[in-house]
Amino acid sequence: MSTTTEQQPLQTDPARPDRMERPAAVAGATPAAASPKAPRRASRSMYQKHSKVYPKAVQGTFRRIKWTALAVLLAIYYVLPWVRWDRGPNAPDQAVLLDLANRRFYLFFVELWPQQIYYLTAALILAALGLFLATSLAGRVWCGYACPQTVWTDLYVWVERLVEGDRGERIRLDQGKWTARKVGRKALKNLIWLLIALATGGAWIFYFTDAPTLMGEMMRFELSSTALGFIGLFTVTTYLLAGFAREQVCTYMCPWPRFQSAMIDEDSLIVTYQDWRGEGRSLMRKSQSWEERKAEGLGDCIDCFNCVQVCPAGIDIRDGLQMQCIGCGLCIDACDEIMAKVGRPAGLIRFDTQTSQVAIATGGQPVPYRLWRPRTILYTLMMLVIAGGIGIGLLLKPGLDISVLRDRAPLFVALSDGSVRNAYTFKISNMTRDPRSYTLAVVGMKEASLSVAGDGQEEQAGTQRLTAGPDMVATYRIFVTVPRTGLQGATQPLTFRLTSADGEVATYDSVFLGPAN
Amino acid sequence: MAQKEKDALSGVETTGHEWDGLRELNNPLPKWWLYIFYVCIAWSLVYYVLYPAWPLGKSYTKGLLGYSQREELVQKVAEGKKAQEKYLTAIAATSVEDIQKNKDLLAFAMAGGRSYFNENCAACHGAGGQGAKGFPTLADDVWLWGGTTADIYKTIQHGIRADDADTRGTVGIGMTAFGKDGILNREQIGQVAEYVLSLNKRSTDAAAAAKGKTVYDENCAACHGDSAQGSVAAGLDVGAPPLVTANWLYGGDKASLVETITNGRAGVMPAWSKRLDDATVKSLAVYVHNLGGGK
Repeated sequence: MSTTTEQQPLQTDPARPDRMERPAAVAGATPAAASPKAPRRASRSMYQKHSKVYPKAVQGTFRRIKWTALAVLLAIYYVLPWVRWDRGPNAPDQAVLLDLANRRFYLFFVELWPQQIYYLTAALILAALGLFLATSLAGRVWCGYACPQTVWTDLYVWVERLVEGDRGERIRLDQGKWTARKVGRKALKNLIWLLIALATGGAWIFYFTDAPTLMGEMMRFELSSTALGFIGLFTVTTYLLAGFAREQVCTYMCPWPRFQSAMIDEDSLIVTYQDWRGEGRSLMRKSQSWEERKAEGLGDCIDCFNCVQVCPAGIDIRDGLQMQCIGCGLCIDACDEIMAKVGRPAGLIRFDTQTSQVAIATGGQPVPYRLWRPRTILYTLMMLVIAGGIGIGLLLKPGLDISVLRDRAPLFVALSDGSVRNAYTFKISNMTRDPRSYTLAVVGMKEASLSVAGDGQEEQAGTQRLTAGPDMVATYRIFVTVPRTGLQGATQPLTFRLTSADGEVATYDSVFLGPAN
Repeated sequence: MAQKEKDALSGVETTGHEWDGLRELNNPLPKWWLYIFYVCIAWSLVYYVLYPAWPLGKSYTKGLLGYSQREELVQKVAEGKKAQEKYLTAIAATSVEDIQKNKDLLAFAMAGGRSYFNENCAACHGAGGQGAKGFPTLADDVWLWGGTTADIYKTIQHGIRADDADTRGTVGIGMTAFGKDGILNREQIGQVAEYVLSLNKRSTDAAAAAKGKTVYDENCAACHGDSAQGSVAAGLDVGAPPLVTANWLYGGDKASLVETITNGRAGVMPAWSKRLDDATVKSLAVYVHNLGGGK
């Protein structure tokens, strides 16, 4: 199949049966099939040759939004690691720091320990729902404006355009001989690409170590091999993905386009070619007025291919919604520009819903956009629930966590006076920035006495004092001793209660084992 | 070859597979994907040359880089040993009491002691020192040869009735076999066993127990102590357990007691200083002391 544009509509819309009928001769029908020399048996290759996309420059509303998104997102990416956040003397002052070495995540006022990784899960679910909501509202706006793949590809194409010129010049350059000029242009472009890639990879590691310290190490060429390895990895991937793979990433690597259709419905805003207005497309003839054109059954589309040439995914939006479409709307800008030039109203290609399009095409009025539909309401509610859960969780996040593990060898120890002792490994996570002292008590067994291994404290009925350093886990071995008279059966429930000096309480349910009789 | 079928909607060839009326399209894979597959094959060839790869009977192709997982392990172990060295020297140079006072050394000795214990001691004394018949529980508070860290250290070093000049007890000599050697007759043994039961208020025959006390005072008190408090409490170094506690090394019911009195007992433990270095023995002493019963 060697069509110039790949056309694989993902779905057929029950509301638009006409979508299913494709014009038999779309621009650029297969020349192989038309050629008399074509072999009898269709010699279709198992593999598809990569046809490079040369996006043309375009100006307009959506291009401006795309530039703004690019600038804002890149600024966030590069600036965020340098934002400081005071957490006191014993803590890093980086606002966003994923400190893998010390197993702490810092996000502004939030500090997460490894056992609180479920916050990350919740955040990822929230992000996924956000993606679903955005898609059901306005199609693949994430893909078109915010995805790192889009942002960096856009940046790379911009560099390419600066160095090699716009679409036509680039095509000519690629097809031309390898002259000194071509070598120079290509070298310069790749050099700038590599520098951007290096800056991308270099900035990435700032999120994982203290940024100013790391910058100092960079300046003195003292980076660890790990840091260099990650910089290298992200430099190479940025260079390859944004420089060469580009739309191939979206079409072949990313799973999202494959199931995005499940989030889109007939009320989602999608980039739409108004075929009822545009068809039949035909080149404009100066001699012909628009009225004459209309009388001939021709539409507003003058088949200028501008929408195809500006498309970063290399598709023809006039074929309808396609899997490859990233919903960036650059074709809208391109078409509007042409429509203004030829004196026709803008919006032949526009963000619109299928409901509205069907209504207009069948002679009705445009249907106002329905923001609230069962789908968007459900996604919003789910997001609110998850966000609320995260918020409440963070608000009530304890500064103290305990974990108790009962010794299983020996299960219990009979002492010389007949009493029975159980040993427990007791861990106190002090998730505050101050050293804290605690009172440990055993609830549920009245005659129990407590002692701590190796601290020289006397065994005592009731309570023991324990301490834990700031932002640390303290481990103790606790012995609980119960006289025979206090035992009722082989297994008895037992609760440890740890109370900090400032009143925070943590409890842990465990059991006390003894002889069966 | 069968007639190629084209999907009417997309114009793409189908694979001919059909499920519930849905036909799978045969969209071509991008060429670069194929190239990545070739790169992987090339990579594997490079790997064959650089790394150990092909078996050759008893040998194998070594590869140009000379990489060996075994050597890497040996190196890692050596590195680990080197890192431990400063602690091991410090432990060897410090008394067992002082190790317990130094937080770093204590943590190191406990961690090391745990693995040494599992390697060397747990076979008899059980994991966590839970003990077995004839092998004392190390987590309780009854000690035949003393329960201070220094006592435990000495016991591990020189063993009990072991082949060592400083061993505890005397080789081959433990508790007298009162029945076998004809010192006590069956009736007397029954009486003294009854007396021992009465020490834990378990006697069912008060008259026999009263008679047994006389037998005890004449034959047993020398080692087990006047009030059966055991040799440690009596200030003796013979390893005679207290008989007033709830803990019994060889069983505390009457049949077990009669058996013990008749045949005698002589527990043995090897002298570990001959097998383990001083730092290891000290770590073990600290670990055992902290199992819960240390005095």
